[in-house]
Amino acid sequence: MKKANQPNTEELSRETATRKGRLDRRTLLRAGALAAGMAGMGAGIARAAETIGADAPDWMKTPGRSLSAYGMPSKYQEKVQRAFTILPGRAGTGASRTPLHLLEGTITPNGLHFERHHNGVPDIDPSRHELVIHGLVKRPLAFSVETLMRYPMESQIRFLECSGNSGSFNQPEPQQTTAGGLNGLLSCSEWTGVRLAALLDEAEVAREAKWVVAEGADAAAMSRSVPLEKCMDDAMIALYQNGEAIRPEQGYPMRLLLPGFEGNMNVKWLRRLKVMTEPVNARDETSHYTELMPNGKARQYMFLQGVKSAIIKPSSGMNMKGPGFYEISGLAWSGSGRVSKVEVSSDGGKSWTVAALTPPILSKALTRFRLPWQWDGRAATLMSRATDEKGEVQPTRAAWVSQYSPVQFYHFNGIQGWRVDADGTVKHVYV
Amino acid sequence: MSMFRFGILLPAAALCLVSSVCRAQHPNLGRPLTPEEVSKLDITVTPEGNGLPPGGGSVSAGAKVYADKCQSCHGAKGQGGPQDQLTGGIGTLTSQKPVKTPISYWPSATTIFDYVRRAMPLQSPQSLTDDEVYAVTAYILSIDSVVPQDAVLDAKSLPQVKMPNRDGFVRWWPVPKR
Repeated sequence: MKKANQPNTEELSRETATRKGRLDRRTLLRAGALAAGMAGMGAGIARAAETIGADAPDWMKTPGRSLSAYGMPSKYQEKVQRAFTILPGRAGTGASRTPLHLLEGTITPNGLHFERHHNGVPDIDPSRHELVIHGLVKRPLAFSVETLMRYPMESQIRFLECSGNSGSFNQPEPQQTTAGGLNGLLSCSEWTGVRLAALLDEAEVAREAKWVVAEGADAAAMSRSVPLEKCMDDAMIALYQNGEAIRPEQGYPMRLLLPGFEGNMNVKWLRRLKVMTEPVNARDETSHYTELMPNGKARQYMFLQGVKSAIIKPSSGMNMKGPGFYEISGLAWSGSGRVSKVEVSSDGGKSWTVAALTPPILSKALTRFRLPWQWDGRAATLMSRATDEKGEVQPTRAAWVSQYSPVQFYHFNGIQGWRVDADGTVKHVYV
Repeated sequence: MSMFRFGILLPAAALCLVSSVCRAQHPNLGRPLTPEEVSKLDITVTPEGNGLPPGGGSVSAGAKVYADKCQSCHGAKGQGGPQDQLTGGIGTLTSQKPVKTPISYWPSATTIFDYVRRAMPLQSPQSLTDDEVYAVTAYILSIDSVVPQDAVLDAKSLPQVKMPNRDGFVRWWPVPKR
């Protein structure tokens, strides 16, 4: 153990260099120990007058705190929080955003998963909650939470993205906020639960059925129409999120999971599935989540989240610490399947370099991309462009905006740009 | 034991064996529901009017419901403030500043009924009677003359209401082939 903690000469020289030639006592001591070892003299440095604790940090010299029932992040991480604004008179509505710019990897911690509620988070007693399947079925059925726990389960790592994510990209000027502020209605979890097709099969869906209306047990009884073919494909009644029971904000005790489909359809606090022949024009599929075009017509039932990516490090609001090495890293995803390629540009889209994708590269899940970058200290414009396994390519912002009415902001998946200035500041720009 | 009974029982036993194997693969633990249980839970209303309850309400009755329960959030005559604007905006959808309201944008009048009944008022959802929901729906629709001032809406007349933007939506599922 001790050997592993000793710096090698390369580390020592780097440490020395970063201290700008100032050799403090600690560095000298370690250099001495290393020299002694290399000379084969065996013995460590003499410590006749002091203990090794003189060099040790405080937390090595006193017992740490005791066990805890539910662990929390370090107090030094207290700024890693969801961002939100409470709307006057409607505290239960609105959204909170995942601080993507403060996280790494692809799995979102449960307490930081984005939220979107339509009338607050209900406090559901699982012993009084049932999932009902009815409508065009042979046998209308109710499933208690306890009952569902007895069914065979499966796990899927999938992203969820609110249809309104990145909505501010429709504004004429780029909003100066963080990558999480712009794109944080996006999270990714391992969801575990019961395949919906198994429950629909048990109820025996009628031949003429085409749609299923899903309804939540919140104070908005939020409801959406879902194509039956999705329900019979990879849809799940999710009971667990990253290994623990789904959080109340995510639908405790159960939510509908429709991998790749817009977040709003993944109905939380799921209580009812009505099998039908047609969709119902629920409020949230007419007033919201439709795409108004310049000719006044609106696309409706646009469910698939488009292929999309964003560079997270570095990103808007960050400061570069001088020229030199940086890893460009970001997130890519597609509602249609796996991400097949992410390209990165540092010159505003004139040239592109293919980034490495960090495994696992999963279908309808966040994928991390990485690219080493030597920043020469001059102004640069960073952009990323994702392609999915279906061959769909992330469009430019201009191409996306041109399809729609100026008020349209749902389903934005255009290319995003960060301007790195010579002074190291990073700003959001439209390219 | 007669041959007849034996003849019936043998195939039945064989079926049972087969189905118990199937059941081992499928839990079949759902609790069957009676039609009465289902009808208590089913609050879905379709554009064709399926699911609309008995009862009805007039514009004038709705104006009272609106003043008592809706106006503090949605403003006089649904003009908005502090919360969402409910009326106006007809004809603006092709402009540079479209005003999307239930009246100017929503394709089905039944959606107003369905949404108000399940989710409004925000502080006490599901507290209005069906007659009150019909009435307040009639009132909101009357402000921009989508229905006349003497309208009475019920399960039969509500689905007949022609919304200004009823033909404004292009269905994008299944995803059109490019």
